Amino acid sequence: MSDAHGKFIFERDDFQQLLDVLVGRHYQLVGPTLRDGAIVYDTLTSAADLPVGWTDEQTGGSYRLRTRGDQALFGYAVGPNSWKRFLHPPVVRLWQATRSGARFEIQEEAQDKAKVAFLGVRSCELQAILIQDRVFLQGQQVETRYKSRREQVFVVAVNCAQAGGTCFCTSMNAGPRVRSGFDLALTEILEEGRHYFLVEVGTEAGAEVLRELPHRPAQEAEAEAADRICAKTAATMGRTLDTTGIKDLLYRNYEHSRWDNVAARCLTCANCTMVCPTCFCTTVEDVTDLKGEHAERWQKWDSCFTMDFSYIHGGSVRATPKARYRQWMTHKLATWIDQFGTSGCVGCGRCITWCPVGIDITEEVSAIRRSEAVRNAEQNHGNT
Amino acid sequence: MVPQPWCVRRLWWETKDSFSFELEPQNGSPTYHFFPGQFNMLYVFGIGEIPISISGDCGKAETLVHTVRAVGPTTRALGNLKRGAQLGVRGPFGSRWPIEEALGKDLLIVAGGIGMAPLRPVVYEVLARRREFGQVSLLYGTRSPDDILYAKELQKWGQRKDLETLVTVDRAGPGWTGNVGVVTTLIAKARFDPGHSLAMICGPEVMMRFTVRELETRGMRTDGIHISMERNMKCAVGFCGHCQFGPTFICKDGPIFRYDKIEPLLSIREI
Amino acid sequence: METLERVVADHPFARGLARRHLELLAGCASNVRFEINQVAFREGEEANEFYLIREGKMAIELHAPERGTINILTLGGGEVLGWSWLVPPYRWSFDARAIEPTRAIALDGKCLREKSERDSDLGYQLHKRIAQIMEERLQATRLQLLNLYEVHA
Repeated sequence: MSDAHGKFIFERDDFQQLLDVLVGRHYQLVGPTLRDGAIVYDTLTSAADLPVGWTDEQTGGSYRLRTRGDQALFGYAVGPNSWKRFLHPPVVRLWQATRSGARFEIQEEAQDKAKVAFLGVRSCELQAILIQDRVFLQGQQVETRYKSRREQVFVVAVNCAQAGGTCFCTSMNAGPRVRSGFDLALTEILEEGRHYFLVEVGTEAGAEVLRELPHRPAQEAEAEAADRICAKTAATMGRTLDTTGIKDLLYRNYEHSRWDNVAARCLTCANCTMVCPTCFCTTVEDVTDLKGEHAERWQKWDSCFTMDFSYIHGGSVRATPKARYRQWMTHKLATWIDQFGTSGCVGCGRCITWCPVGIDITEEVSAIRRSEAVRNAEQNHGNT
Repeated sequence: MVPQPWCVRRLWWETKDSFSFELEPQNGSPTYHFFPGQFNMLYVFGIGEIPISISGDCGKAETLVHTVRAVGPTTRALGNLKRGAQLGVRGPFGSRWPIEEALGKDLLIVAGGIGMAPLRPVVYEVLARRREFGQVSLLYGTRSPDDILYAKELQKWGQRKDLETLVTVDRAGPGWTGNVGVVTTLIAKARFDPGHSLAMICGPEVMMRFTVRELETRGMRTDGIHISMERNMKCAVGFCGHCQFGPTFICKDGPIFRYDKIEPLLSIREI
Repeated sequence: METLERVVADHPFARGLARRHLELLAGCASNVRFEINQVAFREGEEANEFYLIREGKMAIELHAPERGTINILTLGGGEVLGWSWLVPPYRWSFDARAIEPTRAIALDGKCLREKSERDSDLGYQLHKRIAQIMEERLQATRLQLLNLYEVHA
């Protein structure tokens, strides 16, 4: 049996050691765990915290957990959280200020320097992190807090062994296999009584960690098993989104009647923006104590679905739900491309799952595309 | 970037609802460099932070002047600041009026209401290098004679032979002997060669749209027209997402835009 | 000494008019001057004349008892004052007062009205120009109505 070059095998039974090695290197562990009927990302103390043997069933407006027939550690898709809550936290104090008389002094909050290991990052999530990197690190200005947190992260990625009910990462070229941006990448394989991980190393830091773990080079057959799993995941996506010319498609259709259609359903609840791993909008709150001697500035997640978001003297620019839904979707799929050079969407499906009325971004795009095709056909028919 | 401490050197009211103030730095460099059209984020302790265009002379780096219209809690709080009071300044942010593009051409400066404030630095700079431009016209419209900003300065400019200063108001009482009518009516009176001009417009969005339309009727091309846009702003550095206008961020791609570049966006309602 | 026809021809209102129409207009024209505060016409009066302003400034005004005199619009050189002579009931809706010494051509609107009944070509040319002026005034008025510089809460 020949070796699969650059790939290694790591046994499930040794998984706790991965966590121990990371803790030994002063990393805080964050990974999937079961809470309140969902699989969320939170601090882990041991491998026992992982949602072993659980899976999720997702569709528009619905998320349910079910037990699996096996003991897979990562046998589910993505939950309502994303790693965004650690790299771009929902609530951050930027600075504090103390007043004396007519003067005041500002003390900036110290940068977050904690080392964190993300366990179980999916390809779509990794893409989302890279997308947010472009927003915060590669523009004219650098978001220094994000940079500081980002530099301390160790990524243990996981290739999805099954596609979620609302997933469409393949359409967005964001998975299911991780390509780059990880320190270690795992593919979980449960076959023929065996339970092991195929490991790929992405960085020197990843290699260092692997060196401390019991592992051996992978054999061709094992690498092929991993390939088969990833291929099956890619072939069983819950949704698809045709991205052909999507930027111009949406730019052409700002006045399409479909927006009225979706506006009749959208509650502007902002769930989609909270669960979306790339949504980055924030607001700033200036608060003071009752005596007016101490003030603070806080940064909080915000959503383009609120009326306040676009408020300028006297009114909101986007007063109707139609305008706000259109803003979110065209930003995600079209203007993001002009702003940052990539799509804003990674096909994780969260916005579909967590929308209380099951609005499906892939269906909305499809509807606009279809109606254009119909219109073009009619015009062509009229010309003959 | 945290707000830097600056203090009010003096504050004076221009009209019943608008005031200007001059700031001096509490620490650090006593000069402030900016380009006409740029804005600062001004923070009033415990109340809030808002974007305000710089309305002073960028050639006088030892002064920093803003003009504000008191319409909300933060602007009203600014208006109540006493001499020596401290506020926080972040900036300067944003794109600038393309004065260099107007060299050798006629320049039309059209201001509506508080829009006169971000354009005043242009007038200062142009007058400082007057010979480098052709005809220069300042067209300023506001609600009523009581709402005219910088009245004394306008009077002085009105006496210059090398600057055409036309002022109009939307309504007036019998004591006013100046023009009455919307600012677009001044365009017919202005001296400029539409084939060889640059226009800079600032005011309410509707006013800017109609002004552009009038300029087009006179033969100007939209690639020679620049306007200043405004949207909700929180961070001013392109991270909070609030100021998005189509694919542009008003805080960093604007607020000054060349008209032809954003023309399609201006006709989409609630974009 | 410039002829009246020359002076009329120079005014933007006459741009593009055929020679014979220019002659007709000149035949109904006379030079006028308004000193400061001189009133050209008052609200309610019969509208029989209109004015091509050569230089100066005229204010279109309205008087409301509780508000006093309101200046609605000012017109200067190159502009046209008055269209009520062409549209029934041929009465002025506003006052017009000079706020600067003003020189203008007064045109006998009543005479031109009657001539237009017989010469529809002349009537068309006059209506075309007045329609253009009305469009500009209407648009400007709408913008004034919007009260753009107010903060709308």
